[in-house]
Amino acid sequence: MEAARKPLSPEHNLKIIEVDIDTIPERCKGCGLCIELCPKDVLEEDPKLNMHGAHPPQVVKKENCVGCGLCEEVCGDLAIFLIKKEEQK
Amino acid sequence: MITRNILTGTHFTQGDFACAEGGIAAGCRFFAGYPITPATEVAEHMARRLPEVGGVYLQMEDEIGSVAAIIGASYGGVKSMTATSGPGFSLMQENIGLAVMTEAPIVIVDVMRGGPSTGQPTKSGQQDLMQARWGSHGDYEIIALAPSSVQESFDLTIRAFNLSEKYRVPVFVMLDEVIGHLRERLVIPPSDQLEIIDRKKPTVPPEQYNPFEPGKDLVPPMAVFGEGYRFYATGLTHDETGHPQTDSPEEQTKLVKRLCDKIRMNRDSIAQVKRHSLDDAKVCVIAYGSVARSAVAAVNRAREQGVKAGFLGLTTIWPFPDKEIEAVADQVDRIVVAEMNYGQIVREIERRFDYRKITFVPKLGEDPHTPDELLHSIVRK
Amino acid sequence: MTQEMHPMEKFTRKGMIPHIWCAGCGDGVILSEFLRALDDLKMDLNKVVVVSGIGCIGRISGYVKLDGFHTTHGRPIAFAVGLKASRPDLKVVVISGDGDLFSIGGNHFIHAARRNIDITVICSNNFNYGMTGGQAGPTTILEGRTTTSPYGNIEHPFNLVHLAAGSGAIYVSRWTTVHVRRIRESIKKALTKKGFTFIEVITPCPEQYGRRNRMGEIMDQFNWLREKSVVQHFSDPLKAEVALDRIVVGEFVDIDKPEYTDLLRRQMMTVQGALDKEGRLTNAPL
Repeated sequence: MEAARKPLSPEHNLKIIEVDIDTIPERCKGCGLCIELCPKDVLEEDPKLNMHGAHPPQVVKKENCVGCGLCEEVCGDLAIFLIKKEEQK
Repeated sequence: MITRNILTGTHFTQGDFACAEGGIAAGCRFFAGYPITPATEVAEHMARRLPEVGGVYLQMEDEIGSVAAIIGASYGGVKSMTATSGPGFSLMQENIGLAVMTEAPIVIVDVMRGGPSTGQPTKSGQQDLMQARWGSHGDYEIIALAPSSVQESFDLTIRAFNLSEKYRVPVFVMLDEVIGHLRERLVIPPSDQLEIIDRKKPTVPPEQYNPFEPGKDLVPPMAVFGEGYRFYATGLTHDETGHPQTDSPEEQTKLVKRLCDKIRMNRDSIAQVKRHSLDDAKVCVIAYGSVARSAVAAVNRAREQGVKAGFLGLTTIWPFPDKEIEAVADQVDRIVVAEMNYGQIVREIERRFDYRKITFVPKLGEDPHTPDELLHSIVRK
Repeated sequence: MTQEMHPMEKFTRKGMIPHIWCAGCGDGVILSEFLRALDDLKMDLNKVVVVSGIGCIGRISGYVKLDGFHTTHGRPIAFAVGLKASRPDLKVVVISGDGDLFSIGGNHFIHAARRNIDITVICSNNFNYGMTGGQAGPTTILEGRTTTSPYGNIEHPFNLVHLAAGSGAIYVSRWTTVHVRRIRESIKKALTKKGFTFIEVITPCPEQYGRRNRMGEIMDQFNWLREKSVVQHFSDPLKAEVALDRIVVGEFVDIDKPEYTDLLRRQMMTVQGALDKEGRLTNAPL
């Protein structure tokens, strides 16, 4: 799986879309999928519980984030999403 | 000007066709149904006529789907109807409840035949009247009209559409098979002589619209899909915004009462009867549908014999014309109720008035009572 | 944490989120991908109508800020057919569950597909009746445990892809809620094709089916779908099985054929044209 995430022609310039990760903790029901699925281990469980009795995600390794958007798409609760900033090479 | 939308003129036709033409004249442009004797002719006529006037005939896979489809068309802003008989009417009941709950204007024609179950498909009956009132589960009110002639089949179908649009409620046109299949004169007037009522539309923009917020008449204005209102309706108990309220006794009480009260409150303007020879009557015959015709003849024969007989015909069955009957009940010594069943509307009369005054004349089988059969009940002491 | 709005919130009804669906339920993903598909397509959202039936996924019509209707059990397709036939200008989407669409609603499904009427049907298949507590349904896997098959389900489940293809659907695909972006692309394709289109989305049901069949934690059930899915585009629908050890996903049918409302309009024009030409009022004298 690691190899699949490396670009085939690394010498070409890649556009990495810089993003902020935003969460709405009150919505999260604690399925844990965003945390598990993040390929860059950006997220972890917040030790605090929200009103559903769940541990929402919190960003711990923001610098690793490549903006793949999997966390946002796999979240069925609309509780985590990306905000695009600007593109950089 | 004669147009396809209304076949103005004098015709010789059957009740089923008259219902279909009444629907088209009222603006119905969607029919979804399933063949069933003796209502099939309504569907067949609609299948021929609707494409001519830009409407849609859809033969659904069953009666359950038929009512769901006409509710869909109604929410799309298109006046819609279906036609069936007893067995199909039974299948339709759950979605009739859905139409009541979502306040969808629809018209259902029930051409009644002998039941229960498959019964006698080609023979007449008047056995579905209580079912029209109580067939679906839950507390609710509907409107049911009973034509006694081909002309009335046309006129009352138009009235049915008007009432369903005005009150956002399913309205039933209950023909018995005799009226559905007999042929007689039908006069279709020009369109400018018809009163057509359309549902109230919202007067506020989408952001302020609450789909189930009633007006003073207890009826909410109805938006139509596709116009930007982005509203939704559900069969679950809901509040004025349309959102489900499955936990609140207050919302349940409010909604159920309003759905019933919007009809109960307007009973006086909805209920209609026919009166004949009642001024000094001492015996009153109450009947509806094809039996009403025999009843009038019987009353006339009784008068010839010197008996002070009169007739009260129920053109509206639900809401029940209790006040109209009450006006007569005090003055007469006897009420003769004649129905083609083993006791349905007579129960409504018995529970309100002195049952000792009431003679019930049931008839089961193919034809309505003959005038002489009724005369016998009128004149006997 | 911040004041920003989730990008899909512009399409949801105010105050309805958080929704009632459980943690790990795939219905939220279906909602999310459906909204993203609409966003990508830039459709006129005033013309999209969502019709749903009874079941957990049936609540979706209350969550999306579109015209919608929540019907009685099994009847969203019949409602949608009536709506679409009388209002062909609307884009009608049915989103409902496996029991609602294929048990009580099965008859309406096959006939709507047969007619090839232009509606899109999205089925959330979680192998049981979740809302009512986890009873067996027409897609429950053989030997699956539910409250009404406590000793193991002995009924063969429907192969929904095969059923849809056999009934005449012009586009049939199956994905799981793991395949987030593929769901979105399928929905986009289905919405743009003219005719009866069907997408089956297999979703975990952690609280009911997953728990009763000891399928592990939410992540375990997610991994089951991820690891056991195999993409087999345009393979034989008959062989597109859904079993514990193999879930065949992909697009199975993508054809075109005359669509119902088109045929209807055409016939209407022909009928009216002939009458006009002959100066007649009607083909059906009373």
